[in-house]
Amino acid sequence: MSIQASHSFYPLPGGIHPSENKAQSLQGPIRQAELPARLIIPLTQPGFAQAHVQVQPGDKVYKGQLLASGNPVTGLNAHASTSGTVVEITEHAVPNMSGLPELCAVIASDGQDEWQKLPPLDPAETDVDTLITRIHDCGISGLGGAGFPSHTKLRGALSKVHTLVINAAECEPFITADHALMREHADEIIKGIWLLLQITGAGKCLIGIEDNKPDARDAMLKAIEDAFDDRLSLVEVPTKYPSGAEKQLIWLLTGTEVPSGKITIQSGIMCQNVGTARAIARAVLHGEALVSRITTFTGAALEHPCNMEVLIGTPVAELLAQCDLDESRLSRVISGGPLMGFHLPHADLPIVKITNCIIATTESELPTPAPQQACIRCGFCTDVCPVNLLPQQLFWFSRSKELEKAEQHNIMDCIECGACAYVCPSHIPLVQYYRATKAELREAKEKELKAEYSKKRFDFHQQRMEEQKRQDEQRRAERAALAKKRKQEAAAGGEQAGGEQAGGEQKEAKDAIKAALERVNAKKAARAAKASQQEQNDTEPGS
Amino acid sequence: MEILTPVFTLLILAVVFGALLGYAAKAFRVEGNPIVDEINALLPQTQCGQCGHPGCRPYAESIAAGGPINKCPPGGESTIAALANLLDVEPEPLDAEHGVEDVRKVAYIREDECIGCTKCIQACPVDAILGSAKHMHTVITSECTGCDLCVEPCPVDCIDMIPEKNPLQNWHWQRPDPRLQNVQLIVTDQMRKAS
Repeated sequence: MSIQASHSFYPLPGGIHPSENKAQSLQGPIRQAELPARLIIPLTQPGFAQAHVQVQPGDKVYKGQLLASGNPVTGLNAHASTSGTVVEITEHAVPNMSGLPELCAVIASDGQDEWQKLPPLDPAETDVDTLITRIHDCGISGLGGAGFPSHTKLRGALSKVHTLVINAAECEPFITADHALMREHADEIIKGIWLLLQITGAGKCLIGIEDNKPDARDAMLKAIEDAFDDRLSLVEVPTKYPSGAEKQLIWLLTGTEVPSGKITIQSGIMCQNVGTARAIARAVLHGEALVSRITTFTGAALEHPCNMEVLIGTPVAELLAQCDLDESRLSRVISGGPLMGFHLPHADLPIVKITNCIIATTESELPTPAPQQACIRCGFCTDVCPVNLLPQQLFWFSRSKELEKAEQHNIMDCIECGACAYVCPSHIPLVQYYRATKAELREAKEKELKAEYSKKRFDFHQQRMEEQKRQDEQRRAERAALAKKRKQEAAAGGEQAGGEQAGGEQKEAKDAIKAALERVNAKKAARAAKASQQEQNDTEPGS
Repeated sequence: MEILTPVFTLLILAVVFGALLGYAAKAFRVEGNPIVDEINALLPQTQCGQCGHPGCRPYAESIAAGGPINKCPPGGESTIAALANLLDVEPEPLDAEHGVEDVRKVAYIREDECIGCTKCIQACPVDAILGSAKHMHTVITSECTGCDLCVEPCPVDCIDMIPEKNPLQNWHWQRPDPRLQNVQLIVTDQMRKAS
């Protein structure tokens, strides 16, 4: 058991040291946000399978009740985060990069905050499948940032993982949600980690934490000590952005480089965020669905920056007001960190599962960007790239839409951390170029696959048509041959028996026609008789 | 006399290689123009005929014969760029005469209105429509190429072309346009000046 923080790590290439701005929001304990009157809960996750809505407007719901179920493989369940009434199910703006609306349930709170929990599970006596099903039922997704459904990740990792990496690095400036969580709920995080070890069967667990949060580290060490589990060890890594990115943290802690285009599980390592670990502990041990999370509220426009435990679906504007927002100084509201986050067009947007930070910033704190200038080939971006890519090359290829070349230079391995754009002296929004190019590449791949498939279908269709034509022709030829043969036979017979025979044959044919006509007439008569009889039958009961 | 040695040597070599080449020309003969296959592989295979040719392969043949490369709306700009790259010519903008690039669409049959005439089934180049005479037809979405060919023959006009994905799935980041005021910047670009 390592009670002391281990200091052995593998240094990360590149990286930057932006000013941290973390102290502002760490002055007090985690606050409990006030119960909002109206919640907007997204029912679908962009990019994931569509959810089946389980409630209707007017329904009374309890806190933790299922609102929409995702499909069992890749879907994510959505739950009511407080008790109340479903007002409507409608498309509402949510914090996402596209700014496009998503299907949401609007809930009017009844102020009771009444739970409807699932029965707690005893992890020692529960099989892995039931545990994962519980995680699915509780709608848990990765709380670190990407929001990938946890049950999908865990199912893919079963008996393939030897090391569990817990991401407690929180390397992005301003964000302190995980830091605050570790200070106050380290025991629950450790319980969650224990469950994750139980599910995956991993032999050891490395908790990676940056050295700028000694109080969180001490709290975690104490919790590890109390847990008496020698599979757990905590590794302190130097503060550097982006050491909290999944593949980067795995390199820092284990020295394993996850190959390009592969996921970490293929290298036998699974990475989970501390917040996710805690949510899993709450789901299994208390039967609570993921209805709240810890979010950092910070930025110079807030009088009282803090961390708050907020219900999913709470409008951002209400929460900012609780932190005493100074509207006159506010220039912009940002969801996420200053490097990977995005603007919110307005504050009437709900907190979603992946909202780890809201920055209400002023013009002096995060000024409007200077206009983009030409690349001067200084190479700063190459020095700071944590993936050892060539950002400058990628920029040229992206700008000239040379998708193939960009792909050859491994643009798909870009983690979009923004270190290159941060150091660029020409203010080029590099990451945005890369994001666009990556999306186009994905689209092109999809198109190519579809074209290939369509070609196969079309070739098959052509082949089928030709085969049909060939068969038709064959049949026709056979028929023609048969007719010719008959004619020949007839001619031969005619020759043998002379003209009388031919006349006889003609007579025979005439007889056949006559017989057929008679048959038809007989049938018609029979039908007419039957019809008239039926008519009589139909009319009789009426008369 | 010495002059004869090189003359005979070269003569023998010429005969041997000539025979080899002659054999190779017969044995490894390539049927058709291989460039047509390469061009065809770059086309979207919708078989829609918007280019004015009856299918993708005929269009590939016309390109191989020196025809214009900008007549394929489903392929759009990316296909033109790929063709230009393959043939080493300058990419041209899409010829609007043949249609404009649009999001990928699939056919959708309004099943209440379908009379089961099988006309669309006969028109479909990829066998993506299911149904039989006097029974309701439906489109197998995953097989549909969005070629539009089934819309015309339908006598009751019950086929719609609808986008394959919803707008949220279709959305992705665009390159920043420095000329526009409303640039979709990510936050990264503002952070630097702060510190």
